[in-house]
Amino acid sequence: MHTPTSESTVAHPENAAQVKETIRRFILSSIRMARLDDDANLFESGVANSLFAVQLMTFVEKTFAIDVDMDDLDIENFKSVNATTAFVLRKKGHLGD
Amino acid sequence: MEFKRIGVLGAGNIGVGVVTDLVLHGLCTVVVDVSDEILASAQAAVLNNVRCVPLLSKTLPRITRDEALRRMVLTTRLQDIESCDFVIENVTEDWKVKQPLYEAMDRVARPEVCFGANTSCISITQIAGATRRSAQVIGIHLMNPVHLKPTVEVIRGFHTSQQTLDTLLQLFSVLRKEAIVVDDSPGFVSNRISHLFMNEAAFVLQDDVATAAQIDQVFKQCFGHKMGPLETADLIGLDTVVRSLDVLYESFHDPKYRCCPLLRKLVHAGHLGRKTGKGFHAYPDE
Repeated sequence: MHTPTSESTVAHPENAAQVKETIRRFILSSIRMARLDDDANLFESGVANSLFAVQLMTFVEKTFAIDVDMDDLDIENFKSVNATTAFVLRKKGHLGD
Repeated sequence: MEFKRIGVLGAGNIGVGVVTDLVLHGLCTVVVDVSDEILASAQAAVLNNVRCVPLLSKTLPRITRDEALRRMVLTTRLQDIESCDFVIENVTEDWKVKQPLYEAMDRVARPEVCFGANTSCISITQIAGATRRSAQVIGIHLMNPVHLKPTVEVIRGFHTSQQTLDTLLQLFSVLRKEAIVVDDSPGFVSNRISHLFMNEAAFVLQDDVATAAQIDQVFKQCFGHKMGPLETADLIGLDTVVRSLDVLYESFHDPKYRCCPLLRKLVHAGHLGRKTGKGFHAYPDE
C-alpha cells in the first residue's frame, strides 16, 4: 500500500517547476505508477477513473490555496500533469515561468 | 404517479449517493439516520457531490447549493417518512438492523407506498416478510457513485407485484436510469459474482502474489475494467464487503464465500476504504 504525498509536505510551492513536481508526485502516487508522460490523459488512457478528478481537484485546492470555481470544474483542467499545472498557475496568476 | 418526496433511510456512503441523485433530478428528500452528526456529514457530502457534477458528467443536471439544501430534510425521526411517496432503504447490511426497521417503516409509511430495499445481499423476499406489504417491496441495488451510474440491478422478491415494479420504473425515468430486472437470490447477480473477485483479490494480496496496485492494474489494463477489485472494495467500504460475504456464506453454506482474513483484519483495524482514507489503498485527500 502506498501513501500519496500529503498536503503537509508540500509547503505551498511558488514556482512553476515546483508546482508541476508536486502535482506529478501526487498523481503518480495516487495512480500507483512509477512514471507517466506529463501530457498523458489520465482518464482516456484508463490509468485513473473519473472519481480521481475530484481527488485531484481537492488536492490542488488545498495544496495551492486556490478557489476552484464552478467554471473551473472542467475535466480538461485536470486531465494530465501539464493541464493541471497550467490550471494551477493560471489561478495563481502566473503568466508562465 | 407523481413523486413529491422520497424517503431515504440510512445516510452512509450509498445513502449520500441516493440523496445526491434525487436532489439533482429535482426531487425532495426526507433523509433519516440515527444521529445529527451522521446527517450533517451526509449533507456536506451531498453538497460536495452536487458541486463536483460538472467535473464528472456532461449530462447530469446542474443545481445550486441552495437548491440542493432546499430539497433535503434531515431527521432522526422515522415518523417523518409518513409524507413520502416512495422510500429507499440503505441501512447497514445486517438483518438484525433491517428487520426491526422494516417493521417500523411498515407502521409509519402510508399503506400504498412502496419500499425499495437497497441491499447488497440480503434476500428481498426475507425483507418483505418483515412487512405487511410484501407485494410493495422491491430490491434496488444502486451502486456507487449512484448519481453517475445509469443502470440499476432491480430484484423482484417472491411477492413483488408488477405495479410495484412499474412504480419503481417511473421513479427511475425521473432519474434517467435503466433497470435490469432479476429474480431474488442472495447477492443477486452482481454481488454473488463481484464479491468472489474482491475476496480472492484480497487472498492474492495476502499470499504476496502481487501488490494491491498490481492486482488492480491487471483488471484495469488487461481486462479493461474501470476499477480493480481492491479499489472497488475500498469504494464500497470494506466493512460492507465483509458483511456481504458473511451473508453469502450464511446463505449458500459454500466455502467459496469465506471471508479472507486480511480483509477482516483491515476492517478490525478501522481501515474501511475511501470513507476512512485507508483500505487496500490510501486516500489522504478525500
